[in-house]
Amino acid sequence: MAAIYTSDLFLLTLTCLLFVVGGALYRRVRLALLHPVLLTFVAMIVFLKWAEIPYAQYKEATSILEFLLGMSVVSLGYLLYEQVERLKKNLLPILVSTLVGCVAGVLSVVYIAKCFGVDRVILHSIAPKSVTVPIAVAIAEPLGGLVSLTSVVVFCVGIFGSLFGVTILRRGGVHTPEALGFALGAASHGIGTARAIEVGAVEGALSGLAMALMGVATALLTPLLEHYLY
Amino acid sequence: MIGVVWILLCWLIGQGVSHLVDGYVSGNIVGMVLLFLLLLLRVAKAEDVRPVAKFLLGTMALFFVPYGVGLIESYRVILDNLWAIVVAAVLSTVVVLLVTGHTFQWINRLFGHKTAKKR
Repeated sequence: MAAIYTSDLFLLTLTCLLFVVGGALYRRVRLALLHPVLLTFVAMIVFLKWAEIPYAQYKEATSILEFLLGMSVVSLGYLLYEQVERLKKNLLPILVSTLVGCVAGVLSVVYIAKCFGVDRVILHSIAPKSVTVPIAVAIAEPLGGLVSLTSVVVFCVGIFGSLFGVTILRRGGVHTPEALGFALGAASHGIGTARAIEVGAVEGALSGLAMALMGVATALLTPLLEHYLY
Repeated sequence: MIGVVWILLCWLIGQGVSHLVDGYVSGNIVGMVLLFLLLLLRVAKAEDVRPVAKFLLGTMALFFVPYGVGLIESYRVILDNLWAIVVAAVLSTVVVLLVTGHTFQWINRLFGHKTAKKR
């Protein structure tokens, strides 16, 4: 029996199953804290502890998911293509906001964390916290960050942005649908984009653009910022 | 299936480029830009790539679960720095929201773009 529930196929199936069940549950209750990803994280950790399966084995068993994550970064290029007309129409504000948002995002998170005197490992892990998880991981890993920390922080930032982003932006004086959508995607990537789509089509489209462009800009700039500024 | 090949091909070339620049940017990010360009130049057909891309983008959240489960090994470092991480991430997210939103709005107003709600 133990042989079955410690097999690689079982671990992979369980992960996917939990995610699907979590998704169904989430659609019922609509509570961000019950996000399927969070549920799967917790349930898998509890299960691995209980079954005494080492993380290395789990990672090996689910390596196909890691591969698909790499593919999904490439497929963001399609997302960018789909919105190319909107990109052309708002080229200047989009490019400038991406650049400003990227630099502000990386430097603010790093300097605030520095005030607490944390290790560089932590700084490297959280520097790309505004971009979508696969890109953030691709940025943090070569710098020497902890990818588990990166993925969890980035995920939580997304949840935070989707819960409070719209309120913060409206209270803060950002009113046009384009700017609102763009800021949501720039600060809280895919999860923020999902929220932006609920607000409206324009917001959703701009948000998707922001997510993809922030990813590219942050990937290009973080190593430079790391080298010269922190 | 051609869509899968396009994505893999872009990734592969991206890896090559990444290698040339000593890993300054990772291969999948170069691949993303490359896929965008190929679609733009109509070398790759959007209809071919669409189904694969939609699936991958729609299921992306599942793909990073294994990374998150890695907390099982690194939770100690995180707990030791919990406050720094939470405060920095929250404040910085508010900064990014407001800075990008206002920059976008400001430039649009500056150049007199029509920002009428067209829904």
